[in-house]
Amino acid sequence: MDAVTGNDLNIRAGLGSAHARIAAAEGLRPLAGTWGKQVDVTVENVARSFGDTAALHGVSLKIASGELVALLGPSGSGKTTLLRILGGLDFPSEGRVLFGAEDALGLSVQERNVGFVFQSYALFRHMTVHDNIAFGLSVRPAKRRPAKAAIKKRVDELLDLVQLTDLGKRYPAQLSGGQRQRVALARALAIEPRILLLDEPFGALDAKVRKDLRRWLREIHDRTGHTTVFVTHDQDEALELADRVAVLNKGRIEQIGTPDEIYDAPATPFVAGFIGETNALPVRVESGKIFLDDRALDLASTGEADGPRMLAFRPHDIEFTGEGAGGIAGLVVSELRHGATRRLAIEVGPQRHRIEIDVGAETAGQKGNRVVVLPRSWRLFSPDAFRG
Amino acid sequence: MRASSQGALKKPSVIPGFGLALGFTLAYLSLIVLIPLAALVLKTASLGWPEFWRIATDPRTIAALKVSFGISFAAAAINAVFGLIVAWVLVRYEFPGRKLLDAFIDLPFALPTAVAGIALTALYAPNGWIGELVKPFGIKIAYTPIGILIALTFIGLPFIVRTVQPVLEDLDREVEEAAATLGARRFQTFRKVILPALLPALLTGFALALARAIGEYGSVIFIAGNIPFVSEIAPLLIVIKLTEFNYPAATAIASIMLAISFVLLLVINLLQAWSRRGLSNG
Repeated sequence: MDAVTGNDLNIRAGLGSAHARIAAAEGLRPLAGTWGKQVDVTVENVARSFGDTAALHGVSLKIASGELVALLGPSGSGKTTLLRILGGLDFPSEGRVLFGAEDALGLSVQERNVGFVFQSYALFRHMTVHDNIAFGLSVRPAKRRPAKAAIKKRVDELLDLVQLTDLGKRYPAQLSGGQRQRVALARALAIEPRILLLDEPFGALDAKVRKDLRRWLREIHDRTGHTTVFVTHDQDEALELADRVAVLNKGRIEQIGTPDEIYDAPATPFVAGFIGETNALPVRVESGKIFLDDRALDLASTGEADGPRMLAFRPHDIEFTGEGAGGIAGLVVSELRHGATRRLAIEVGPQRHRIEIDVGAETAGQKGNRVVVLPRSWRLFSPDAFRG
Repeated sequence: MRASSQGALKKPSVIPGFGLALGFTLAYLSLIVLIPLAALVLKTASLGWPEFWRIATDPRTIAALKVSFGISFAAAAINAVFGLIVAWVLVRYEFPGRKLLDAFIDLPFALPTAVAGIALTALYAPNGWIGELVKPFGIKIAYTPIGILIALTFIGLPFIVRTVQPVLEDLDREVEEAAATLGARRFQTFRKVILPALLPALLTGFALALARAIGEYGSVIFIAGNIPFVSEIAPLLIVIKLTEFNYPAATAIASIMLAISFVLLLVINLLQAWSRRGLSNG
């Protein structure tokens, strides 16, 4: 078992040489001349209900060919249902799914030619790693099935790609979690899929292995260029790995955008609350000015109608200002070391609204002090936005 | 190959005292299984080799052994196929009365075998409900080897269902979905993914059903007709020898049955170990 864990750690050591290995694997086109044919994917108004409960309400999404897209959301948000619909394992009650111009819903799961990596990996336990990876090719109808030698060559190349070169004869039970995950990926890639779908690909792994595999998956994607969709509930994973992130909540897409757009400009209160950390303060808008407890803040809100609002901003996105400069003033009630920064909890105003800000680790001993801060970037949401 | 096989003799385990546990196991096994069997072999040995050989090669003995083992094997094979289907239906489908059907499976275990034999005979005899139906086609079921086959199939069914059922319940549905996304048709998925996963359990069930059928007496003697050279089973032949007070001959036939059964079960166990490769955690 020592050798097994050792191999996992080798991923990190091997990352440098991974470039060389993956470059060598670029010649991996013995079967069809290309890595399958990559397609763009269009999801139009897809709805899915199970009995009375709706898992998806009219979701639309366009995924460009070769793009790496994350479906991010809490459990029960419908992200896995959407992935399974793309893979042909589930069918929508309404809506259309197109692969290129082709109606994917008219294709059975077998005809759809997607690579699906399951959260549980779903490896065939009675088959060796080699046979697992070869499975998709060996079940093809005789006239499309590659010769035995060609299959073996392909499997060996895939084993190189996923850095399991010498483990082809092992059984899944003899591998570590990270290794099984890579076998599952190699098995999905073997069939030259048109799109690659991954369900919580790193969900069952420990934190260290997750991070390594994440980077490694990004490299594989950059080399092979598969149109890839993966499901995750881990925002770090989505933001770090994906070209674009679709945030799902209760069966609806709340926002689709690049990681920067999602993080810096959350479109809805849910996205603001779900991605990263967000402070929310109840404020009032009156004739273009924002009032906190009857004191005007030095923030311009042009074009906002009068009325109560929620002011949302990130803990790190603040600056200190002087007294009377229209800042948010409060007492520091606690301070916590938070990685490279120090996190201060501040109670604001007579109603003691609590906000948190991040400051440099060197600013210690602030507890009990009065501070005045102003958010650098912020958004206004409706007053009940952060309830429930 | 596997780390677990090295130094497996002494490992911390839930039951304390490896020596005590092993000692108890061996003593218990000796008392319950080995000593009676040894007595059987000893009694046979008193016969002397030529006499033993004469009984063993007696055409009637050989015919009875052929009937016993041949039909037991066939019955276990039939049960392997249909028991698998029954287990599949019970595990994979929701339908009204499923629990009831599930309970029915165990009835052959509980029913006194003589009762089963008489019931089956009544059904399959030429004037019984089913026997009447097939009679016009010139088919006779009761009092022929087909009758024996039906009785042995009846008593063996629960073994297959009860061994396959839990394994089937544990089978990860995602594995089947994975096979489908990789392009496998239903039959390929069954043949290459599901069946290999079920094979160890199926072989266990087969071995149990086979062993049970070989030793079965009560239900068979009623339906078999017991015609020497045609539908006489070896256990019946043993009873006949016993009623003739020919104990050495009875034990001789029993010893032969024992030896053949042992070899059969050993082979099935080996097959099972082979089919299990990769399934255990290494």
